[in-house]
Amino acid sequence: MHTTLRIRRFNPEQDRPSSYYQEYDLEIDPSDSVLDGLIKIRETVDDSLTLRCSCRGAICGSCGMRINGHAVLACKTKMISVASEGETIQVEPMNNMPVIKDLVTDMAPFWSKIRQIQPWLQPQGRAPTAEYIASPESMSHLSGVMSCIMCGVCVSDCTVLEVDKSFVGPAALAKAYRFVADPRDGATTHRLEQLNQPGGMWDCTRCMECIQVCPKGVGPMDRIMSLRAKGMKAKVPSTCGSRHAEVFTDIIKHKGMLDEPMLAIRTFGLKHAGRLVGMIPMIIQSVFKGKVPMSGPLHRPIPGIQHIQRLFTRVRSQS
Amino acid sequence: MKYAFFPGCVSKGACPELYQSVMQVYPRLGIELAEMTTATCTGAGVLQEKDLRLGDVLNARTFALAEQQGLPIMTICSTCQGVMSQANHRLTTRADYLQEINGLLKDEGLEYRGTTNIKHFLWILLEDVGEDALRHSITTPLTGLRAAPFYGCYIQRPTEALGIDDHPDRGKSLERIIEILGAEIVDFPGKTRCCGFPILTINEKNSLTMVATHTRDAKSHGADIMVTPCPLCHLNLDGMQTKAASQEQTMIDLPILHLPQLLGLAMGLDAKRLGLNRNLISPESALVKIGVGL
Repeated sequence: MHTTLRIRRFNPEQDRPSSYYQEYDLEIDPSDSVLDGLIKIRETVDDSLTLRCSCRGAICGSCGMRINGHAVLACKTKMISVASEGETIQVEPMNNMPVIKDLVTDMAPFWSKIRQIQPWLQPQGRAPTAEYIASPESMSHLSGVMSCIMCGVCVSDCTVLEVDKSFVGPAALAKAYRFVADPRDGATTHRLEQLNQPGGMWDCTRCMECIQVCPKGVGPMDRIMSLRAKGMKAKVPSTCGSRHAEVFTDIIKHKGMLDEPMLAIRTFGLKHAGRLVGMIPMIIQSVFKGKVPMSGPLHRPIPGIQHIQRLFTRVRSQS
Repeated sequence: MKYAFFPGCVSKGACPELYQSVMQVYPRLGIELAEMTTATCTGAGVLQEKDLRLGDVLNARTFALAEQQGLPIMTICSTCQGVMSQANHRLTTRADYLQEINGLLKDEGLEYRGTTNIKHFLWILLEDVGEDALRHSITTPLTGLRAAPFYGCYIQRPTEALGIDDHPDRGKSLERIIEILGAEIVDFPGKTRCCGFPILTINEKNSLTMVATHTRDAKSHGADIMVTPCPLCHLNLDGMQTKAASQEQTMIDLPILHLPQLLGLAMGLDAKRLGLNRNLISPESALVKIGVGL
């Protein structure tokens, strides 16, 4: 097939601070990967093109980059899956991390966040004479998250890191879950308390970009949701995030549908009354514009709420 | 075309203009609706933070109620759509899980067989009503109006659960609607990103930065209005836009329209009957471009 690769170039020794796009026409087998195309360009057209790769088999996690706006492993992305005959493919370095040169990003901030969650087993008690024993049944649920190859693709497309570099990010939180859910680890409560801090597990927007782009099916956001559930169950100190989830669930139990004013009042409470005060201008404007609940301010329960309450009881009794 | 109508909490709560505008446009499309008055909230991904299985039980109950009526479900909220699609995907791809959930529903006299189809109004317009009938319903094309699409995460990802892998056009459906209504599409990078609403209570600063980034970006690309199929995005992009502009020390003033409001304008319906006077960022100056008063 014929295609054009439109590649974002950056050479810190010549281009600082701006980058630019350079186009390369390419004849290539449609079943070849985008990485094959980039290597062909480097070897036959322009040896200044800089990229990072190694295994070419989606194992090493080196060739993370953005193709047509989404982060992927270039070796796992077939040409034909991202372009038809004659179409242009845009190739850019991963987002949310500094660019060293062309398609090579500086992974130092990534590794710093991984280290932040203490990615090693912290068992309690005396060390065994041989290895720590765990049954396959108690570990098998971790096989998905242990598939992470630390490629940085989820971090690249994280919508929170785009606006706040202090967020620990999806890869580190997925790794944190791997240890929180490990039956051999003895630091669960401490870990959850650390993850409960600003910039931790409650700062994720649930945008699902990380689930969508992860090339290994790790599902980082699902792991973050599991961390939140574990945090609430372990009763680590409440945050606006955990209170929001607790109150939301309680309202559904008693009314079936959401009662937005009650959700805000009970989430913020007296401790964060200032947040409620800060919403007053918007609330006044909303009321003035007629944006009031159709069921009235009392938010009556839905018909048949007793069915819902029985389901709550039944689910919880079987948990 | 008859659907079990799931309006969602927000169209009955903080965004009544969404419910109002849907009620105005659907009869003109050959659609019949039977509103699900006994269905619960989907959990919006929030209840699922606390207990995913509980969320799946509540949604399976809703699916079973629609299944009893023999109707597909119509949603008007990206978040409702996404949460329901994900629940349905878990229930219909794991027989043992469906059996477990049905065990919990049994005492309520319900069983979900896994046959309910759940579709957002946005997809129904293109896939069920069809482009020809949709064009036929339009009396006043929105010529000259520049509209930026904003989807909401839950109707874009994960693509497998949403059926986008099987229906790739769903990923560009909002642009297609804008085009059919006669408006000009304003493409901008943030259209499939997060509006920031889910973290409004947790990290207001980040949430408002997202609002400011997307609305300012759309406006700088020339948008007169932004249109969204998600009332939760609307709550943040419209309701919090003034505060977001203040935080970022800028002016934005970009009207945010619900999808049925934009459709209703192209049907020649009165702006007030579409609830456009209820949008916090007034669309008045944008409507002047298409000769509509408010």
